[in-house]
Amino acid sequence: MSLVTIDPRKAAPFPRAAAELLRDAQTRKNVAHATDVIQRKRAALVTEKEDWQALRDAGAKIRREALVHLDTYLEQFERQLTQAGGHVHWAADAGEAQRIVLDLLRGVQATEVIKIKSMTTAEIDLNRSLEANGIHAIETDLAELILQLGADQPSHIIAPALHKNRHQVRELFAREMKLPDLPDDPQALTEAARRYLREKFLRVRTAISGANFLVAETGSICIVESEGNGRMCLTLPDTVIAIAGIEKVIPRYSDLEVLLQTLPRSATGERMNPYNSIWTGVTPGDGPQNLHVVLLDNGRSELLSHEMTRQTLQCIRCAACLNTCPVYRQTGGHAYGSVYSGPIGAILTPQLQRMEYAQSLPFASSLCGACYEVCPVKINIPEVLVYLRSRVVDQNRGKLSSILSQERVGMKMMARIFLNHQRFESAQRMGRLLEKPFVGKDGWVHKLPGLAGQWTAARDLEAMPAQTFREWWQSRGKAGGSRQ
Amino acid sequence: MRISLFITCYNDTLFPATGKAVVSVLERLGHQIDFPLEQTCCGQMHFNTGYRREALPLAKRFVSIFQDAEAVCIPSSSCVAMIRDYYPELARESSDERFMANVNDLLPRVFEFTELLTDRLQLEDVGASFHHRVTYHASCHGLRSLHLGDKPLRLLRNVAGIDLVELENSDRCCGFGGTFAVKNAGVSEAMVDEKIQSVLSTKAEICTACDNSCLMHIHGRLHRQHPEVRAMHIAEILASGGASGDAFGDSR
Repeated sequence: MSLVTIDPRKAAPFPRAAAELLRDAQTRKNVAHATDVIQRKRAALVTEKEDWQALRDAGAKIRREALVHLDTYLEQFERQLTQAGGHVHWAADAGEAQRIVLDLLRGVQATEVIKIKSMTTAEIDLNRSLEANGIHAIETDLAELILQLGADQPSHIIAPALHKNRHQVRELFAREMKLPDLPDDPQALTEAARRYLREKFLRVRTAISGANFLVAETGSICIVESEGNGRMCLTLPDTVIAIAGIEKVIPRYSDLEVLLQTLPRSATGERMNPYNSIWTGVTPGDGPQNLHVVLLDNGRSELLSHEMTRQTLQCIRCAACLNTCPVYRQTGGHAYGSVYSGPIGAILTPQLQRMEYAQSLPFASSLCGACYEVCPVKINIPEVLVYLRSRVVDQNRGKLSSILSQERVGMKMMARIFLNHQRFESAQRMGRLLEKPFVGKDGWVHKLPGLAGQWTAARDLEAMPAQTFREWWQSRGKAGGSRQ
Repeated sequence: MRISLFITCYNDTLFPATGKAVVSVLERLGHQIDFPLEQTCCGQMHFNTGYRREALPLAKRFVSIFQDAEAVCIPSSSCVAMIRDYYPELARESSDERFMANVNDLLPRVFEFTELLTDRLQLEDVGASFHHRVTYHASCHGLRSLHLGDKPLRLLRNVAGIDLVELENSDRCCGFGGTFAVKNAGVSEAMVDEKIQSVLSTKAEICTACDNSCLMHIHGRLHRQHPEVRAMHIAEILASGGASGDAFGDSR
């Protein structure tokens, strides 16, 4: 696990990280099993919904509208929340968000905070920055708690400890909670976590959360969850700080009608989340009296100007694309070197990194399109992947290392060949000739040099036939065949 | 009908038997085939690998060659997907209005092979017979981009003598993905191994599909470990029987 990082600036390229994970049979088994289970549940609940495609269209429309007028809706959200007694803070990047949170926590003399599961706080590495400043963050989401106790990293957007099975969780809990006799059935494990966490809920006066949606019309914050621990964090402390990407805003309260149908069905395979918390500002004498929302940009606003890049921000973090992805299925999330893994991570991460890091991620897909098919807000992930590949290729065009790379030389040469059919025909003949030394007695190629050797590492290649199709066609014409 | 065949670059070079089978099926049904010799590649490999600039002239070339075709038949679902899904995008980006108009004009006449049979020619029985156990892999682009659904299966079910068995998770990618198989060879191998397990569990002699690129991948892995099972393009099955004989065992 030591090589696992969710910092895209430090992560190994996807193929290298994947190679390591492919050797981890236990993790792969856990990931395949967990994603199979969620997919089956999702499929059943999507099938029962006759208006599913209409809901997807409606969800996409809501998210597109929010993003096209993001400035307007964010300012409206700020006005409404402020009027309701909350405070809005704007953070341009991770560092600024960390400083804002730290200042707020120091203002209430906090030495520890309880946390609701939040990928956004993982994106800005908040826990580490708080620890460095003497504030201990306690994860209260069961999966996040598992990761925190195991010094592990999230491998999935909504089920961050999906790569662990219950036997592994038992070992961890037994060790960290000092419960040597703990059984490994789910009930016993959740009971242990409950006891461990209850004490924290009752003691700690400050909480940090993320947000699923921010409602511009009312200034409300919406959080959905399965365990109820999130609601504990939202109701018991005096101070709550929610950190949300600027793209999380939606125009109207009534938009939740659509999104709270598509999100749980897509995410956990449930008709409704067990806990849906929507709260608006501060109510004197009831619940948290200090409510702060930190709106995080961190590279997002740069994606707004073009339709192609903007659609990435439509994401409502359901992770259906991870669960259906045949690539994610093989590696799990750690191969992506980012808090955002799977197909959505492969397009979001490099863009948030301004295409400077995570350049291997847009290529970490077979472009099978399963992600687009399940996306509840219709993000055309394959289209964006292919677009980002062209960004990577184009930004490397001038570089010497790239000019000399086998791939680029090959691609340029092929492009030239395809522009002229006589050249193509010569290349076909040349290919047959060059291939000869590699063809085995059985008429198949078993080992090739260079990049093509990646193919023959696991697969054979049938030798080129003696006659191309066009040669056959032409010979047929000459022989007076039925060209008609 | 006069049907223009776009064989695709890799079928032309590596899988001429598929092209011959397409010609055989369509001629048997009484249609005339055109094969413009100027054709080369649709640009999919370049486009999907990030070489958009190089793909654009290939797209323009394709459109100008087939501009006047009554119908274009392409025995490769991923190439059809490239043309249908991404030529309009390339045209938009190029701001070449004439190219854009030509793309929009041509697209309704571009068909994947099984689409041409079922949608355009309204056929499900093409008079084939094939006495083998066969399983069908739903190639991703055919499934999710062209929405072929059960069109290929309807054609296969009408083949006399065929023992068609369902492939478990037939809609799961085989891991080819063009240059993905080379750039991410390890993951690709793990994916094809799952596919191979599904194929083997059907006890089929042949795995078929509408796209030789997937089949090249599946067959390549099968040949290394289980050479008794082979892959064959759907056109070759549909061409079997009658005068043309059984394509199985036909050494190319």
